[in-house]
Amino acid sequence: MKAVSTAVGIKTSFILRGVEFKNRVFVASGTFGYGDEVRDFVDVNRIGGIFTKSLSWNPRPGNPPQRIIETASGMLNSIGLANIGVQTFIEQKIPYLCTLNTRIIANIAASSLKEFCDVLSTLERQDGIAGYEINVSCPNVKEGGMNFGTDCTMTAEITSHLRALTNKPLIIKLTPNVTHISEIARAAESAGADAVSVMNTLIGMAVDIKTRKPNLSTVTGGLSGPAIKPVALAKVYEVAKAVKIPIFGIGGIASTEDAIEFLLVGATAVQIGTMNFVDPSISIKIANGLENYARENKISDLKALVGALDADVKFSVLQSWL
Amino acid sequence: MFMSSVVQQVCPVKSCREVALKTFLLRFNSPEIADSAQPGQFVNILAADVGEEPLLRRPFSISRVENGLIEIIFHAIGIGTNLLSRKKFGDRIDVLGPLGQPFHENAEYETALLVAGGIGVAPFPFLTIDLLKHGKRVETFVGYRNAAQVFTEHLHNVRIATDDGSVGFHGNVVKLLESSLVHNNFGNSKIFACGPTIMLKTLSELAQQKNICCEMSLEGQMACGFGICQGCAVERTEGAAKYALVCKEGPTFLSSEVTL
Repeated sequence: MKAVSTAVGIKTSFILRGVEFKNRVFVASGTFGYGDEVRDFVDVNRIGGIFTKSLSWNPRPGNPPQRIIETASGMLNSIGLANIGVQTFIEQKIPYLCTLNTRIIANIAASSLKEFCDVLSTLERQDGIAGYEINVSCPNVKEGGMNFGTDCTMTAEITSHLRALTNKPLIIKLTPNVTHISEIARAAESAGADAVSVMNTLIGMAVDIKTRKPNLSTVTGGLSGPAIKPVALAKVYEVAKAVKIPIFGIGGIASTEDAIEFLLVGATAVQIGTMNFVDPSISIKIANGLENYARENKISDLKALVGALDADVKFSVLQSWL
Repeated sequence: MFMSSVVQQVCPVKSCREVALKTFLLRFNSPEIADSAQPGQFVNILAADVGEEPLLRRPFSISRVENGLIEIIFHAIGIGTNLLSRKKFGDRIDVLGPLGQPFHENAEYETALLVAGGIGVAPFPFLTIDLLKHGKRVETFVGYRNAAQVFTEHLHNVRIATDDGSVGFHGNVVKLLESSLVHNNFGNSKIFACGPTIMLKTLSELAQQKNICCEMSLEGQMACGFGICQGCAVERTEGAAKYALVCKEGPTFLSSEVTL
């Protein structure tokens, strides 16, 4: 890894459990493959880090088509964690990922505690993985997935078991499809998580009125894109009020301004998801945009923006359950 | 698998004209894409500005390339295609391409039977020009709803079918092909097809009956076009992986490779 500070002296980097990330803009799991598909047309080394497509122990074929439908300012997906499995990832993807000058965070999805532990332990023996993001929040699989992330006890159990297996950054990716996301975030924090990712997709649905069938084969799917940004901001704000660990803010970020909003409400860093499909270079544009914003506003370290929201909390309705 | 060098570019529009009812032919300049594109490949076009409606890119078969220009043909039916239909000289569109696997033209056959349903005609001008260059005999079968929709530019030995019989054969294009196969001797043939799923399904059954190799260009609902979103899955008939991605392993598949 090359360091970090830029020519004009604006500090864009941050450290998580001893690992330094060059900037605060990442690509979200499932929206950037394993980093190699875009190497022709994106300079991936300029991204803060890549969260890989979810990895499970065995390859998963994913859900039957139709898996995607565009909706107002967003899209529904029901991919179903289609992935090549951890062994193929190690054989076919890690050698390329090791050549990159950016951090790779392996996203792990599993249908049992044992599978989470097996995948993480296997990856622990590999070079090139900077940390782990644990997907306890996928809305599109029947077993595991979101069931774990909607329960404080299960979230804590998975987190503490994985904590015992690694000294690398451990990030728990949370679902918004719960009553109070802050409670799940607290459970992850108490069990030893280094950070949380807020948030995975919202459960959504679309119907074809001609056929009277749902557009997606699994009936419901996960809503993402600019449509969910206001929800995601509120969830990040809620979690930031509840925990001290850093937050990766995710949800419909499409511009530098969007990323700044997430930092202000309490995200330490952001992940770009759906918009990678539209503009595969957008994370680099946003990383540059944040640096320009800092320069124009005489901010020497982007950290100054994190949680710098000027809100009068006595009027905040969230306070009642925090 | 064929890997072309993909580029993302903002390209100047040269022209956009209505060539048949609600059917538009849009030309834009991209020497990089034009130089490496092959028949059967597609481009993924952002019709609006980033973050505006429609949010996602839309995939279009490359219809023809000429002197650094790319042509696409589409029906203006939704927000994205209507926006594109109003583009004019000097407008700019964000294009990603060329994407996907080209048609396999080099197999052992004498006659290429090109079969298109509706706007499925889109990849065939490019393919026709290439096949003729390689000395193949080309016979084309196109099916439309009615005479107003008929588009035949740059196609070769065209037979037309219309649902309402307003021009050509009264019926669907698969029936037209079926009767032509009876009345003509095309010799050793290969079918190249593009159109609605229901048409491709019927066509692949016919191809199997007649023992003719059939390669199809499929459509798929996709967000990215380059293998990342995993949205455009199509079921494989065999092999270790259950699904193939239309954008990356396709859009061209042999009819024996996939279950429609």
